[in-house]
Amino acid sequence: MYSSIYKKQKMIVLFTFLLLPVTLLILFSLYPGVMLLYLSFTSWDGYSAAKGWVGIDNYREIFRNSEIFSVFSHNLYYFFGGIIQNIIALYFAVVLNKKLRGRNMYRMLIFLPYIMNSVAIAYMFSYVYDSQHGSLNALLTAVGLDNLITSWLGNKHTVNISLAFISMWKYLGFNMVIYIGALQSIPDDLYEAALIDGANERQSFFYITWPSILKIVELSMLLTVTGALEVFDLPFVMTKGGPAGASDTFVTKTVDTAFHYSNYGLASAMGVVLLVIVIAVITIQRKFILREEKG
Amino acid sequence: MSIFKRSNPFLAVHYLLLSLAAFLVLFPPYVVFLNAFKGTEEYNVSGVFDLPDSFFNMENFETVMRIGHMGRAFWNTSLILVLALIGNIIIGTMAAYALGRFEFKLKKAILGGYVLATLIPSVTTQVATFSIVKELGLFNTHMAPVLLYLGTDVVQIYIFLQFIRGIPFDLDESAMMEGASLARIFRSVIFPLLMPATATVTIIKTISIYNDMYIPYLYMPAQKLGVVSTSLMKFAGVNSAQWNLISAAVVIILIPTVIMYLFLQRYIFSGIVSGSVK
Repeated sequence: MYSSIYKKQKMIVLFTFLLLPVTLLILFSLYPGVMLLYLSFTSWDGYSAAKGWVGIDNYREIFRNSEIFSVFSHNLYYFFGGIIQNIIALYFAVVLNKKLRGRNMYRMLIFLPYIMNSVAIAYMFSYVYDSQHGSLNALLTAVGLDNLITSWLGNKHTVNISLAFISMWKYLGFNMVIYIGALQSIPDDLYEAALIDGANERQSFFYITWPSILKIVELSMLLTVTGALEVFDLPFVMTKGGPAGASDTFVTKTVDTAFHYSNYGLASAMGVVLLVIVIAVITIQRKFILREEKG
Repeated sequence: MSIFKRSNPFLAVHYLLLSLAAFLVLFPPYVVFLNAFKGTEEYNVSGVFDLPDSFFNMENFETVMRIGHMGRAFWNTSLILVLALIGNIIIGTMAAYALGRFEFKLKKAILGGYVLATLIPSVTTQVATFSIVKELGLFNTHMAPVLLYLGTDVVQIYIFLQFIRGIPFDLDESAMMEGASLARIFRSVIFPLLMPATATVTIIKTISIYNDMYIPYLYMPAQKLGVVSTSLMKFAGVNSAQWNLISAAVVIILIPTVIMYLFLQRYIFSGIVSGSVK
């Protein structure tokens, strides 16, 4: 590929061009991963020099203490929210991919929340959900649904749904734009050929559109699952996990365990457990896709 | 079935649902916008949906800028943003050139390292990252988030790598015929041709860095190092339940990205698509 004059240059370029990126990658991504694994076997408190080795005690604690694992049930709200979000996003993508009056305006509006600052979104919705001054309760009163009025973030039955809704609100447009991108990569003549063969809209969706975008749908589902497992900023900013831990997610619990209760060892073990779950999900998904391709 | 296609009774349903979505998207920002212009006395007596007495009442915005130190917050955010963007582009293009144009022993290992890095949820490794940042003496400096944005977020490497594969190798070869050094080829041939990818990276990174709260919250807790996200958190924490003030703060923070979005919409869409389908 390269003549001998470039052999030496190649070595120099490889070294100088990769030194910085690889150093940063190791220092801030891979090494912390390894450290996390090590710390998960200790009882480190986050500041003292001593990092007492405790073996698998932390892991035993995670699986024995039902309080830790049960917070995953709160993550489930975001997972189901994510699935609904994907379905709606796909629907809007299909609709807005057609020649439709005002489609650019709708696209622009539906995507708008994605570019908004997440802390600003959090406070915007704190205001919507506020029990006394909130606009949601005001809206319900205005349309005569007074009996639905509640303290949306203060009620343990509504808090996770309320938070998961914000997540849907924010990411729906993102999903939609990805789906529109996928739809636009399908050649038009496929649809024309189908039209000539007398296929209706429903048939061309299930026989042309759906198979062509299946890969993107799977990618989106993967993001939905990992996103739901890693939910953090909404409960962190809006409810601090309240009321009484009802909106804690696995990650807010991990962060609390480390930075609030100074139990870095246990927090690290929780981090490792989450990492293992994420990798397991991705592996299953990859296997699933590969099998489909073979079949 | 085919008769439906011409008359399309679904069209009404589509528009109904699209309008519902548009309403849901605009409802929260609309309410925030209305109440940002109401003085405290006015706010207490008016309904949530009432228009403010005047849209020229800047009192709340002035209060937020002064007490919330928003000017300083925008300065800190901009500084971090510019440094991180420059770093991301330099590092991303160089790494993509080395990894995309040459065969060498460690290549597989390095690419594998990048894949692994995307799998690790960065929120969970903060415990370990925190001690590294402290040992490097970067805690409570602008460099902590800058380096973390460079080191932990590796999407830009994929975007550049994907793009560089589409640049024909003939270009490199003809430059070599003329005796250009590899560094020269990178600078004069590859780097300019990566411009569209650079634009994509700039857009994606700007959105994610401007909107990030966690890294500045953890690594720059000092009052004078507040960025827009953390300053808003502090301001809202102190003035909780003063929704007119919080609304004004939210509006101030949303304005820059919304304006950017209105102008760069098309590029943002294509950037998002190419950034996610890596």
